[in-house]
Amino acid sequence: MIYKLFMSIQKELLLLKRDFGGVVILFVMPLILIITVTLIQDSAFKTISDSKIPILLVDYDKGNVSQTVFENLKKSNVFTVVTKIDDKILTEVVAKEAVFKGKFQLAIIIPEKLSVDLQTKIDQNVEKITSSLGLTDSLIKKKKTLILNRKEVKLYFDPAVQMNFKNAVMSSIDKMISQIETHSIYATFQDQLGEGNNSFEQKSFITFKEIVPKINDKEIIPNSAQHNVPAWTLFAIFFIIIPLSINIVKEKSQGTFVRLRTNPVSNIIVLGGKTITYLIICMIQFFMMIAVAIFVFPKIGLPSLNVQGNLFLMSIVALFSGFAAIGFGLLLGTISKTQEQSAPFGATSVIILAAIGGVWVPIFAMSNAMQIIAKSSPMNWGLNAFYDVLLRNATFLDIVPEISLLFLFFIITTTFALLYDKKKRTV
Amino acid sequence: MYSLDNFTLSVNEGQIFGLLGPNGAGKTTLISILCGLVVPTSGHFSINNLIYEANANEIKKIIGVVPQEYALYQTLTARENLIYFGSMYGLKGKNLRDKVTEILDLLGLLKYADKKIETFSGGMKRRVNLIAGILHNPKVLFLDEPTVGVDVQSKNSIIEYLKKLNKNGTTIIYTSHHLSEAQDFCTEIAIIDRGIIYAQGTPKDLINSTSNARNLEDVFISLTGKELRDDI
Repeated sequence: MIYKLFMSIQKELLLLKRDFGGVVILFVMPLILIITVTLIQDSAFKTISDSKIPILLVDYDKGNVSQTVFENLKKSNVFTVVTKIDDKILTEVVAKEAVFKGKFQLAIIIPEKLSVDLQTKIDQNVEKITSSLGLTDSLIKKKKTLILNRKEVKLYFDPAVQMNFKNAVMSSIDKMISQIETHSIYATFQDQLGEGNNSFEQKSFITFKEIVPKINDKEIIPNSAQHNVPAWTLFAIFFIIIPLSINIVKEKSQGTFVRLRTNPVSNIIVLGGKTITYLIICMIQFFMMIAVAIFVFPKIGLPSLNVQGNLFLMSIVALFSGFAAIGFGLLLGTISKTQEQSAPFGATSVIILAAIGGVWVPIFAMSNAMQIIAKSSPMNWGLNAFYDVLLRNATFLDIVPEISLLFLFFIITTTFALLYDKKKRTV
Repeated sequence: MYSLDNFTLSVNEGQIFGLLGPNGAGKTTLISILCGLVVPTSGHFSINNLIYEANANEIKKIIGVVPQEYALYQTLTARENLIYFGSMYGLKGKNLRDKVTEILDLLGLLKYADKKIETFSGGMKRRVNLIAGILHNPKVLFLDEPTVGVDVQSKNSIIEYLKKLNKNGTTIIYTSHHLSEAQDFCTEIAIIDRGIIYAQGTPKDLINSTSNARNLEDVFISLTGKELRDDI
């Protein structure tokens, strides 16, 4: 049995060796994938000056509010503020057209008299409060109260802009406006009470601090490599489904499967040979991707992957993820009649598993129903196990539930493949 | 594909038994069952006094199968294919390598032993296909149209080799649409159609028992009719 298994593995390796193009794709494409995705993801989070996003600012206010908005946007290091196009001061119509045509991603329109009206409104409110407390001079004649309409800062977004970018921009502008209002309220109180400029502490009283996990008293600060490499390594491992299912379909179409069934060798040995061979490929892929993330990333300006003390556990997660992917590949290859069925189905199902598994969008950001579905994706089990090891300082026992699920998935899919094959052979 | 119903057949040891019939007669179903490729919903069969249900693996060790398609890995060489399929019968080491070399030589393929199958002609592939089924000296050899689509020389080489195998004690069960080949090659023939045996006997007896029959083709037409059997 061991001899037949060994010969089956040797045959599978020979078949792979003879398909040089296939081998290159198997090993090089995952590396290109991981480098490309990490480069893109990393640049999205970087706030380097040459990647600032140009935004349009139409200032009808010409007051201290618009000036503060302008300065804060400049200070943010994320945006370049554009107030003129072709040397002409921007108007709302021009800005709107430029954004809706996709030339700019965002335009901020600050309405006329915003600073004046804001100050007036605050004056009115502060005056009301101070007079109700008996702090105003009764001899001063009361001013006539003006009725002010609510002011609106308009935002125009390029329709192609993603929701998370929109939300981030809206949230930071909202925060900026709140700060301006608070600052103005404090200033008005000081003025009304006749206090000096320094009587109120205007800095935030409540601040927040992120506490990150530590290993050996060293904080683990995740970077884009720590997030991306496990996710995309898993994605690449699952792509083994395609060559494996094609391999099985080929065996069926060229008749070698038929011959093997007439030989005194069990289907388990035949599939076992494929499983071990493709597991070897998965592990080589995994170690190559990790090596690239450790040694090549820093040379191309990306943060290096820190696997300090975690490589063994990561390898275990990769091994069991490989099992899950191979089980699915065996089932797909057994059910598919042609390569035209197995290849596109394999590719799209890997993408679906990745999407619901949280490779692109974190599970906590999904709807409740999607979260339940996500938790049944083997890619999610693998990803969680990788994050547990790499970011949450997990031990082997901590990842046992996830790797057990991955192995169970392999057992179930392989059993289905064997049962389906047996059923198809009954006349 | 017609199912086999109430089908009883026995083949004696040492025979070259021809299973002849039009498309869809049930030949492939029968051979597939006997080789363990498909599982019958009912019925039994035994080979060399071994009942299949209880001895499937033992039976697989003593039978050889040569399927109609070239059941070979196209990107492996002839030698690599044969070493692999031989190893599935438990053959190993020098014995296996020597056996592969010997039969490749006998069938005129030794100088192409290390070439990939995808570069072979149809006749060469047929011969490698045959070798893959006989490396372990099977007691019973099943051949599904072993000479289809090959040149006369390859066909002759295959038939001659099969006759040698039979002389050395291998029972051969063979299907073919080449009736003249079957007439010369087989020691006994069964003509089947729609899952039923219409006639069984030596080629000579079958010809003699059919009025106005000059050869096996006349017997075949007389038993199965002239109606076209397009099989989808």
